[in-house]
Amino acid sequence: MLIPYTVEARPDTGLPNPKLGIWLFLASEVMLFGALFSSYILLRVSAPQWPRGSEELSVPLATLNTVVLISSSVTMVMAWAQLKMHNLARGRLYLWATMALALTFMVVKFFEYEHHFALGEYPSESTFLSIYYTLTGLHGLHVLGGIIVIAYLAGPGAAMWRSEGERYTNRVEVTGLYWHFVDLVWIFLFPVLYLL
Amino acid sequence: MDNAASIGTTHAAEAHAHHHEEELSFLRKYVFSLDHKWIGIQYTVTSLVFLLFGFSLMMLMRWQLAYPGQPIPIIGGWLGQLNAPGGVMLPEFYNQLGAMHGTIMVFLGVVPLAVGGFGNFVTPLQIGAPDMAFPRLNMMSYWVYFIGGVVMLVSFFVPGGAANSGWTSYAPLSVIATQGQTYWLIGMVFLITSSLLGSINFIVTIIQLRAPGLTWMRLPFFVWAQLVTAFLLLLAFPPLEAAGVLQLMDRVAGTSFFMPSGMVVGNKPVDVAGGGSPLLWQHLFWFLAHPEVYVLILPAMGIVAEVIANNTRKPLWGYKAMVYSIIFLGFMSFVVWAHHMFFTGMGTIISSFFQTTTMIISIPSVIILSALFLSLYGASMRFTTPMLFALAFLPMFGIGGLTGLPLGLASSDIPLHDTYYVIGHFHYVVAPGTLLALFAGIYYWFPKATGRKMSDLLGKLHFWGTFICLNGVFMPMFIQGLAGVNRRLYDGGAQYAHAAEVLKWNTFMSHSAWALGIFQIFFIINFFWSIKKGQKVSANPWSATTLDWAAAPSPPPHGNFLVPPAVYRGPYEYSVPGHDGDYVPQNEAPTHSHAKA
Repeated sequence: MLIPYTVEARPDTGLPNPKLGIWLFLASEVMLFGALFSSYILLRVSAPQWPRGSEELSVPLATLNTVVLISSSVTMVMAWAQLKMHNLARGRLYLWATMALALTFMVVKFFEYEHHFALGEYPSESTFLSIYYTLTGLHGLHVLGGIIVIAYLAGPGAAMWRSEGERYTNRVEVTGLYWHFVDLVWIFLFPVLYLL
Repeated sequence: MDNAASIGTTHAAEAHAHHHEEELSFLRKYVFSLDHKWIGIQYTVTSLVFLLFGFSLMMLMRWQLAYPGQPIPIIGGWLGQLNAPGGVMLPEFYNQLGAMHGTIMVFLGVVPLAVGGFGNFVTPLQIGAPDMAFPRLNMMSYWVYFIGGVVMLVSFFVPGGAANSGWTSYAPLSVIATQGQTYWLIGMVFLITSSLLGSINFIVTIIQLRAPGLTWMRLPFFVWAQLVTAFLLLLAFPPLEAAGVLQLMDRVAGTSFFMPSGMVVGNKPVDVAGGGSPLLWQHLFWFLAHPEVYVLILPAMGIVAEVIANNTRKPLWGYKAMVYSIIFLGFMSFVVWAHHMFFTGMGTIISSFFQTTTMIISIPSVIILSALFLSLYGASMRFTTPMLFALAFLPMFGIGGLTGLPLGLASSDIPLHDTYYVIGHFHYVVAPGTLLALFAGIYYWFPKATGRKMSDLLGKLHFWGTFICLNGVFMPMFIQGLAGVNRRLYDGGAQYAHAAEVLKWNTFMSHSAWALGIFQIFFIINFFWSIKKGQKVSANPWSATTLDWAAAPSPPPHGNFLVPPAVYRGPYEYSVPGHDGDYVPQNEAPTHSHAKA
């Protein structure tokens, strides 16, 4: 049985199903991170004192990670553009590049965490550290989820290219939308936690 | 469309379906099915079992309330020495039952039945779609829900028992509570994930898979209700997920998001960093839980609208007003949450804001209810079993809604807060309200799922018993609540002088609750008996206009429609003047004579 508009767009909405689905998913993600950011604001304004992020955390590492993550968004778009131009090999190459950058982000994050743990800075130490670990941890889980999906698309999932090329390209596009969102969350996290 | 033709297509459909069945293994067809109808049935049966279980917890609690400190007869011994030594329920166990009754009824019972069950089974049929937009995601939603349910059940057997901080899990009590609370949080994360996946699927299905010609104002009201509900689930559940993550961090990683500084428990200072805000939990929780109330009620309104239009043989009165109201209601439900928190000392300015929005949100509810009442005017009604349930919904939801007004105003809420009045109010909305509507839906769509009707005699016995007993349980709660009896008392208020006058109602309510349990046996027997032995009926036994009845065989095959339907008219063209037959299905093409009429 075929579900209509899995690949092609419905004329009156202008969207195929997966694209609408991912936008809705992202709307719920906005609410998830929105609630956490609101909690951050509420906790911070009610706290008698609040440490400066730049004194507690490593700004250079976070800057490096920001560059890495923004680059990965660029490579993600390139992957989709290559597939649109019917170049699977190039597209996959860019997908692998995206994944490599995402892994770099996670490795840097790992060293950051390890450094804090070594200093005895656990989540239970202060409200600042609590919210730092929770927000970056949840964001890290999102990066991890992205890595798994991108690895699938670059690896075994690419077999779909032969049978349903357009559908495969759509999958990369939809994953890209998610990936840009993960990137965007970090762009909010970076100033909020590290700079302010 | 005449019956002969639709019966003919039914046979063709069955042959077609058999062909498909051979290709699918037992596991793929009955356990990990991708068919929205079967997933809907899985949801329905699972949630009905949970409803019965959640209700049983309450029947146990009602013994303690009616006969405090006396051993529970017969089953008291089965509860274990840790929970009920000598058959007498311990306060700790009473708290577990209370917390889990609420959790199970709301998150594992009513929502999965109203949205997962009816939404899944009916929505694609009513919009003329072959299935949901993402069948695999649909299957996953069910199984994630199932795992969440199992986690909740398992929590009864961990040391300290299940969660015991109320279904609202207010911090800091819930943070220092026993291990069961951690299971509750993990279970909730599963249930929220399931709802999120489901809501994305519903919205995409309704927007993308409507049959040709099924424009927005031709959608059956049920579909509108499901659409708005799905948006509420999509946008309101993530903040609770966030809150759940924060509370999990508090419990597992020792953070203090909800733990204030200088907290003392049992004369010992709590060893946390402090600096958190207990009020934050309430804000995050109610930001979900108020829209959640509308998640409970909107699908019920949708079902009632379908049943009433069908059994009055008239178009719904004010269909468009109802649609605009339900959309407005959806928006407003996001800005009323803090009316649950007047007692927390948020300040009068915030309280005034939320009491104003609360008064505003009552307007669309009243419009919908009035439109449904006015739809009855001048009708020659068919008092079928589903219609009885749908009719009873109207005054019951009316009582539930009207008794909510004093709770929405800060000054009158203060004396009523946390009393049995609150319990009476929201149970009138959800139990005699939503549950009656859900029963109406089961009796109404049962022939579509099975090709057989449920027994009318058993159905009517079930209806009258349920209707009377529900009122017996909940009406006295208003009396007790107005007298100031607190909702969480282990002995039902026996040790308070101000409760002495109204204490006598406890036995009456408890006996009503147990009688209510007995009347559900009629339903259970009817449900299973009718699957095999019920009266066989045609594809459209109710002579309904919507596509689920008019265009699909009963039960519909995989893919639902033999010919993809097209829609030419609004959803409720009953008793159209100048037309032979008292209804015109949505998929009937206009003929020349119509054009004249």
